[in-house]
Amino acid sequence: MSIADLFNYMSYVFGLFLSLTLIVLLLVWLERKVLARIQMRMGPMRVGFHGALQPIADAIKLISKEDILPAWTDKLVYWFAPIVVFVPAFLLWVTIPFGKNMVIRSLDLGLFFIVAISVLSVLGLIMAGWGSANKYAVLGGLRAAGQLISYEIPLIMAILTIAILHQSLNLVEIVDKQSQIPNIFIQPLGLVLFFIAGLAELGRTPFDIHHAESEVVGGPFVEYSGAHWSVFFLAEYINTFTISILTVLLFLGGWHWPNIPFSGNLQTVLSVFVVLIKTILVVIVIFWIRATYPRLRIDQLMSFGWKMLIPMAFINVTITACIVYYDELPLWILPILSIILLVLGAVIIQRKFSKNITSTIEVISSKSLLKEKSEVNIN
Amino acid sequence: MEINKTINSDSVDLMINMGPQHPSTHGVFRLLLNIDGERIIDVKPYIGYLHRGSEKLCENERYAQVITLFDRLDYVANLNMELGFCLAVESLMELDVPDRASYIRVILCELNRIASHLLFYGTYGLDVGAMTPVLYAFREREKIQGFFESITGARMMHNYFRIGGVKGELPGGFGNRLNLLLDEISKGIEECDQLLSKNEMFLARTKNVGVISSSDAVDFGVSGPNLRASGIARDIRISKPYSIYDRFDYGIPVASSGDCWDRYYVRLEEIRQSVKIIKQAMNQMEDGPILAQVRRIPRPPKGEIYFRTESPRGDFGIYLVSDGSDKPYRVKVRAPSFANLQSLQYLLKGAYIADAVTILGSIDIIMGEVDR
Repeated sequence: MSIADLFNYMSYVFGLFLSLTLIVLLLVWLERKVLARIQMRMGPMRVGFHGALQPIADAIKLISKEDILPAWTDKLVYWFAPIVVFVPAFLLWVTIPFGKNMVIRSLDLGLFFIVAISVLSVLGLIMAGWGSANKYAVLGGLRAAGQLISYEIPLIMAILTIAILHQSLNLVEIVDKQSQIPNIFIQPLGLVLFFIAGLAELGRTPFDIHHAESEVVGGPFVEYSGAHWSVFFLAEYINTFTISILTVLLFLGGWHWPNIPFSGNLQTVLSVFVVLIKTILVVIVIFWIRATYPRLRIDQLMSFGWKMLIPMAFINVTITACIVYYDELPLWILPILSIILLVLGAVIIQRKFSKNITSTIEVISSKSLLKEKSEVNIN
Repeated sequence: MEINKTINSDSVDLMINMGPQHPSTHGVFRLLLNIDGERIIDVKPYIGYLHRGSEKLCENERYAQVITLFDRLDYVANLNMELGFCLAVESLMELDVPDRASYIRVILCELNRIASHLLFYGTYGLDVGAMTPVLYAFREREKIQGFFESITGARMMHNYFRIGGVKGELPGGFGNRLNLLLDEISKGIEECDQLLSKNEMFLARTKNVGVISSSDAVDFGVSGPNLRASGIARDIRISKPYSIYDRFDYGIPVASSGDCWDRYYVRLEEIRQSVKIIKQAMNQMEDGPILAQVRRIPRPPKGEIYFRTESPRGDFGIYLVSDGSDKPYRVKVRAPSFANLQSLQYLLKGAYIADAVTILGSIDIIMGEVDR
């Protein structure tokens, strides 16, 4: 490896880091604005145009804050945890294409790589929980472990259906095979499973129990401050963006749909924009869910994962595999079966919860109560 | 729920200190939780972090000055506290309050009840992890507080009620503004209702959680919306009508199962009923004096009285002893939050940690009142 090669690699890493950081700053601003609009507020307005520079101001504040090391901490584990969370989040981007021909390494086992690497961040959360020597942090770390591991299965299963369908684990190939029909029309169930499991992987509402501020007060991050906390924060938003872009690449057709009529460099640039816009739409859906829903309890989260998502994911894989294996079966059976399963799942959930709604609040008139009382008094 | 402790005979339960700085203990309240995994085995509540000795302080102040201390008991329903004390002194003095003053008092108290329940709605949303309800609720609550400011001169610590009436006449255009406010509140409540009440996840978090039966609730001395959620239609406004509450026609919401959702929804329904009361009071109100003929420094005759009113949190009682001087000899407050809090230990046993927050929020305590 020559010096020039090394320089080349370094420029890749630096470019990726810079663009991801910029995207995170954009997401932070976007989240605050979207939430504010839903909640009838303005959101940040002071720093820059409509608060556009607010995330930068926040970042400067965070970096200039004191790094606090509480007594009793396991120092090595405590300082390493943010890195263990951040590195996998960053590493995933080696093989994620963000436009036509815009990928650092188009790995043939790309999806396998993503699945393998993304699990690692759980370790960081447990380390943060343990190293902090704080009971809330331990609770949060253990919650994170349980949650992330159980939701990893439907996530992988949803990815597997796509791999079976397109006979490939290479993300670029999968996207190119969607140039006719994006996977959302073939695998609507897969999209829903992937998105829900992805939300749980991210620890976003309604699955944000491992850092629920009203229960475990920030969970594993409770003792962190300043720059180390901001590394967690960065990783969280990079992960949000990763899950969103994976949704786009795997299910929404990537840079196809709309197909770009131009060729050459212009096509490449426009394809990046197509992916980016689609991804941001998915991200906005995630923020929208955050503004609307309460948080689930841990047992409800687990039972939803193991009793609903995982069976459905397995059924989905089986159906897809059967249809792909028996070539004579037409492909349009798949979306129909997928939608039937989706409706079935929705009905089961609806049934389960509609039991709860049959509660009566009786409004008794004050006059009748007063009359009743006076009669009792006379007697 | 039975917790089988023998399984963990060789392990130590995790002891967690929840509060007094925990974000969802609603003030400076401390819970010592013994947990096994995510389950609570044992819980010890500790109070007293906000103790200011209000009752003792009252003994050194003249009657008119005590009102300011009562503002600071239940600090989200200040006017209801003022009303309780004023009525207690007035009935000890056998004083007739002018009609107009009574109507103003009722209107403001019911508005304050609405504001208090809106605060509950918002914080309860935060407790179960939804972040939008609090902003919806505060939008309406801010309007009410702005309205209060235009009448009493303060957003929270009003010191507006006087022994024998109220401090000042209402500002011009009061009726129109109140009607506008009520319309906005009614609309806002429906929005709040749609946002949270029937949400599947909210139902899953609150239904059949923290159930307290009617007999247990009575045994614990639970009162107010918490008691009505357990199926007992008891309201001091009706069982022992004070002021002019017997002149209105309104509803008392009563639920049956006594779980968190019922406690939540009873309060939401009470807001609608309070709007009804205010509308009737507006129509019935006539011109007249707003303050009875009282000596500048009231000296109630020697005697004692126990006076109960229905504060937003329940049965608010004041025991007042007068020795004939210008200062009360003894003031004892029966705070509804304090009594409601007694049921917490019973409710939390065997619950999940997440439910601890849900249940504590649904009881709707105000530490200013618990600790006094």
